[in-house]
Amino acid sequence: MTSQLWESHEALRQEFPALNQEIYGKPLVYLDSAATSLKPRCVIDAVRSVWESDCANIHRGVHTLSQRATKRYEAARESLRRFVGAKSSREVVFVRGATEGLNLIAATLGRTKLTPGDEVLVTGLEHHANIVPWQLICEATGAKLRVAEVSDDGSVTVGAVRAALTDRTKIVSVAHVSNALGTVLPVKEIAQVAHERGAWVVVDGAQAAPHLPVNVQDIDCDFYVLSGHKLYGPDGIGILYGREAVLSTLPPYQGGGDMILSVSFEQTLYNELPYRFEAGTPSIAGAVGLGAAVEFLASLGWDRITAREHELLAAGTAILEAIPGVRIIGQAPEKIGVLSFVVEGVHPHDLGTILDREGVAIRTGHHCAQPVIERFGLSATARASLGLYNTLGELEELGRAVRKAQELFGS
Amino acid sequence: MSELRDLYQEMILEHGKRPRNFRFPEGANLTANGHNPLCGDRLVLKVKYEQGRVVDIGFQGTGCAICMASASTMTETVMGRQREDVDALIDKFLAMTVRNEPGAVELLPPKLAVFSGVQEYPMRVKCATLAWHTLEAALAGQVTASSEAASTPGTQTQGG
Repeated sequence: MTSQLWESHEALRQEFPALNQEIYGKPLVYLDSAATSLKPRCVIDAVRSVWESDCANIHRGVHTLSQRATKRYEAARESLRRFVGAKSSREVVFVRGATEGLNLIAATLGRTKLTPGDEVLVTGLEHHANIVPWQLICEATGAKLRVAEVSDDGSVTVGAVRAALTDRTKIVSVAHVSNALGTVLPVKEIAQVAHERGAWVVVDGAQAAPHLPVNVQDIDCDFYVLSGHKLYGPDGIGILYGREAVLSTLPPYQGGGDMILSVSFEQTLYNELPYRFEAGTPSIAGAVGLGAAVEFLASLGWDRITAREHELLAAGTAILEAIPGVRIIGQAPEKIGVLSFVVEGVHPHDLGTILDREGVAIRTGHHCAQPVIERFGLSATARASLGLYNTLGELEELGRAVRKAQELFGS
Repeated sequence: MSELRDLYQEMILEHGKRPRNFRFPEGANLTANGHNPLCGDRLVLKVKYEQGRVVDIGFQGTGCAICMASASTMTETVMGRQREDVDALIDKFLAMTVRNEPGAVELLPPKLAVFSGVQEYPMRVKCATLAWHTLEAALAGQVTASSEAASTPGTQTQGG
């Protein structure tokens, strides 16, 4: 039914109420979906309906509302299981987002498996969320953080990962898609070479999940994290997928209610998977909203989503490349969703302000991925990032606004 | 584009492109580094300060037009001034940009008054004040200044 939305892109856009507004008298051109995506009506409705009719705590009450809330929360888990292709819903842990997921893995897997001299391998294009938790755990355990090189075009090859693997590599944690450059990493091949060396494989899917179909069994990773708010869902919710054989060996992350079977002052028995990792009351409405978001994406169909986004990316690339003085940062052959660029003579921060006045919302700065921006000899870039609601006309608007900024700056 | 011109006045664009005193003065005896983690703007400010007077001042660094122009016009304005004058300028500049005090703009020389436009752009106030916080730090004998130091609740920005 939802796939009919493709027949009229305007109808699809109408599903996203936030698009329907003007900024400084100009129609909003939202090109910041990599920071957070706009929310479709079905997600907003799902969140509202939890609070309006099924507002209760989960896994606790015997009353009707609690049973309804529990059912919807667990149905959302099942939706997410299907969405990432996990074998069992026991492998799907609700967390606050990809950042919490990565911290959870670092604090449990890292804390119990790393010994002094061991190595954790990341790549040079990681988001700070896939760097800092590992630095913290390395500091605590005496392990070392190693970095696989980024090529000049912004890609990370399997060769670069293989070259950085050693006998001491215990954990390999890589982005599926770079938030700063849009590079798609060969995670399946990376997982294979990492497993050959006996390392656990963690994939940060925050930027991939909104743009391409994910199958954790096909990738064959041990962990995969994603954030709901980048996936057309609510903020404050995301999931950690953990391969059951590994996840079941890990100690709890946080202690509290719902993660236990029984508590006495002498001994506490922890709950089974996945509840062992869900201490305290979670974002129930968030989980239900995220469930609605992934069902929305599934009904739209990945073939059409990826085809459309590749078309938009190619068009946006051509539009920006046609402007003298504009340089696109990150030109990996496998790329999705992100156009990172600099404009000669106009600092990204100035560009962001000028574009905003034209109604065009982009992100400027280091995109929480300082090392990769510095890798390209920069301190900041402008980043236009795409969602399935964007249009060719909006990318033309971006091009016009960039030219306007150049005019103002006389460059 | 008229409102944008309030922020990006000719003076700012011109100083942004060709900042004055973009050099380290000889015999400088005070140094401070300024950093805005939001956008990566970085300044190194060096001052030759003798007998309560800014004898020479210069800076180097990278940043947006607002940040560069602010550092440029600041060095021009405080050059040769006594400490009390400099302190008063710092106070008035921050009154105009950060504290949004009515009338503050009239107390500043035209070269600094052009930055009054940043009030309309909360995310850009720190671009204009970074150089001034760095000067404050240098004169106080501190080595580093961050644009985050003087942030007010609600305008807190995050490097991510």
